[in-house]
Amino acid sequence: MDTSFSSQKEIDARERGGLGTERLEVAFGPHHPSTHGVFRMDVVLEGEKIVSLKPVFGYLHRNHEKIGESVSYLGIIPYTDRLDYLCSPTSNWGFVLACEKLAGLEAPERAQYIRVILAELTRLVNHTCLAGFLAQDLGAMGTPLMYAFRERENILDLFESLTGARMMVNYFRFGGCRCDLPEGWLQGVSRVLDAYSKFLDEFEALLTGNEILLQRTQGVGVLKADLAINAGITGPCLRASGVNYDLRKVDAYGIYSRFPFRVPIGEHGDCFDRYMVRILEMRESIGILRQAVREIPAGPIMDAKAKTRSIRPKAGEVYGRIESPKGELGFYLIADGSPSPYRYRIRPPSFINLTVLEEMCLGLTVADAVAILGSIDIVLGEVDR
Amino acid sequence: MSVLSDSLIEDLKKQGVLVTSIEALYNWGRSNSVWPLQFGLACCAIEMIAASMARFDLSRFGSEVFRPSPRQADLMIVSGTVTKKMAPQVVRLFNQMPDPKYVIAMGACAISGGPFKQGYNVLKGVDRFIPVDIYIPGCPPRPEALLHGLMELQKKIRAQKLTGENRAKYFDAAQPGEYPIPSFGEHDLEPSKNAALWSPAQVARKD
Repeated sequence: MDTSFSSQKEIDARERGGLGTERLEVAFGPHHPSTHGVFRMDVVLEGEKIVSLKPVFGYLHRNHEKIGESVSYLGIIPYTDRLDYLCSPTSNWGFVLACEKLAGLEAPERAQYIRVILAELTRLVNHTCLAGFLAQDLGAMGTPLMYAFRERENILDLFESLTGARMMVNYFRFGGCRCDLPEGWLQGVSRVLDAYSKFLDEFEALLTGNEILLQRTQGVGVLKADLAINAGITGPCLRASGVNYDLRKVDAYGIYSRFPFRVPIGEHGDCFDRYMVRILEMRESIGILRQAVREIPAGPIMDAKAKTRSIRPKAGEVYGRIESPKGELGFYLIADGSPSPYRYRIRPPSFINLTVLEEMCLGLTVADAVAILGSIDIVLGEVDR
Repeated sequence: MSVLSDSLIEDLKKQGVLVTSIEALYNWGRSNSVWPLQFGLACCAIEMIAASMARFDLSRFGSEVFRPSPRQADLMIVSGTVTKKMAPQVVRLFNQMPDPKYVIAMGACAISGGPFKQGYNVLKGVDRFIPVDIYIPGCPPRPEALLHGLMELQKKIRAQKLTGENRAKYFDAAQPGEYPIPSFGEHDLEPSKNAALWSPAQVARKD
C-alpha cells in the first residue's frame, strides 16, 4: 500500500497508538449518483477519514481537440457547445473570441450586447443548477434541484426562441451572431429577470440559512488562497478563497467595461463560500442583464468583413479566454492558413479546478468529499474533452 | 381473452365488471412502473434530468424513481457518449440489472457515436454490446422525445407475451441475460463488437 499520500497528522496519530484501523480502498464511480457524470475517485479510507484521493478521469474523452484539427473553424463551434453542456453560449464565445483575435474581426455593438445577455443568462442557468445539484449531493433529494430546473426551463425557452435549440445553441459566429433577436425577445428577458430576483429570494430563504446546509458546508473543503493561485484555480472557486480575479474585470473582453458590477469575494474558501459566491454572482448578473436590455442599440449583428463559412486566418497563434461560469475558459489556436486549425487546445476551467480535490478532501469524510466535489462545479464534458 | 369478444368486455365494463387476463394485468403493471437506472453519461443526461423535473414530469409515466443501484432498475437510459473507457462499465451495469430489462439509447452518440464518431475513443453505438429496445435521435433529444421514447417502450412492454410461441425472450433460459464485457485491446476494445448482437449493415451492390 502506498502511504505517501497520508498526511503527517494521520501518521503521527497512528504512531501514538490511535485506532489502528485497516485501510480501505474505495472506488467512487465512474457510475455513482453524486459524481456529476462519469468520474471516478479512488479513495483510501482509514475508518471514515480520507487518507488519499486520486481523481480518475477520461471516461468521457471525446477527442474534441483532435476532431477540431480536421474540421473547419465554423465546424468547431457546435463542438464547443458540447464542451460544457450546461452553458454552451459561453463556450461558443470563448472560441469565437480566439478566432476573432486571429482573424482581426470585431463584432458590432448590437452583437456585443447580445453576447453579454446570452453569457449572463448562461451564468444564471449554471449557478442555479449548481446550487440545486450541491443541495442534492448534501441529501436534499429533489426539491432544490426541481426549483432550479424550473427556472432553468424559463431561460432555455429564451435560448430556444432565439437559436432554435434548448441546450446546444451554436449561435455565435466570427464577427457577430447568427441571427437577430426575434420580436419581443428582450421583453421576454425582462420578464424572466423580474421573476428571477423573486426566485433567488425564495431559493435563498430555503437554502442559505438552512442548518443542515451550514453544518455540511461551513469549514469543509477549505482552499487557501495561495494554493488556489499556485494551482491555477479560476472562477468562483478562486474568488471564494478571497482572490479578486474575474476576467470580466481583468480582461474586460467584449463590452464588459461598460457594466459596473461587483465581484463577490469569499473569505474562508470553504464549500459554503463557494456556494455563496455563486448566489451573489447571480444577483450581479441580473444587474448586468437589466442594463444590457436597457442599452442594447439597433444595428447590424455581423462584422461587414466577416466571411463566416470560408474563414481562413493567416498563420499565427492566439489565446482567447473568457470568464465562463466555471472559471477561465481559454482556447489556444495555431493557424497555418488552412481552413482548419493546426492545433486546437482548450483550457477547461473545471479540469484545472479539479486538481486540488485531494488537498481539499484530506482528513475529511467521504460525505464531505461529495460536498466538495459538488461545490467545485465540474462538467465532465469539459474535464475530459 | 379470445373467448370473450371485445364488445362483450366493453359491455361488462359498463356493468362494473372488469375482465382481464393475467398477461394484460402483469404487463400493465410493469409498463407503468419502469424504474430507470440513475446513470448519466454526457449532455443527454441533463435533458434526462430535465425530463424528470417539474415541467416534463416523468412521474406521470411511473418512471420518476431513478435507482442508483442497477439491481433495482428495469431500464437503462444510455444518455450520452459511450467512450471505449466507459463501455466495459456500461455493459457491466447492464449485466447487473435483473431481467426483464430494457435499454433506451438516447441521443446520437449512444446510437452511433454521433458528432464524435470520427474520434478514436468513442464507441460507434452502444448496440454493439448490449441490446437496445428504443432509439431516440437528437443531439440532445428534447425531454419530450425522451417521453415519447418511454411511451413507445411501454407499448412494447404491453405487447410482450407470457406464453406461447412468441413469448418474451427473458423467459427463455437459454437466452443470455448477461453479455460479454469487452476489455481494452491493443487498438480497440477486445472484442470490438458482440457478433451475436450486431453486424455491419450489408449493402447490396448492383453490378
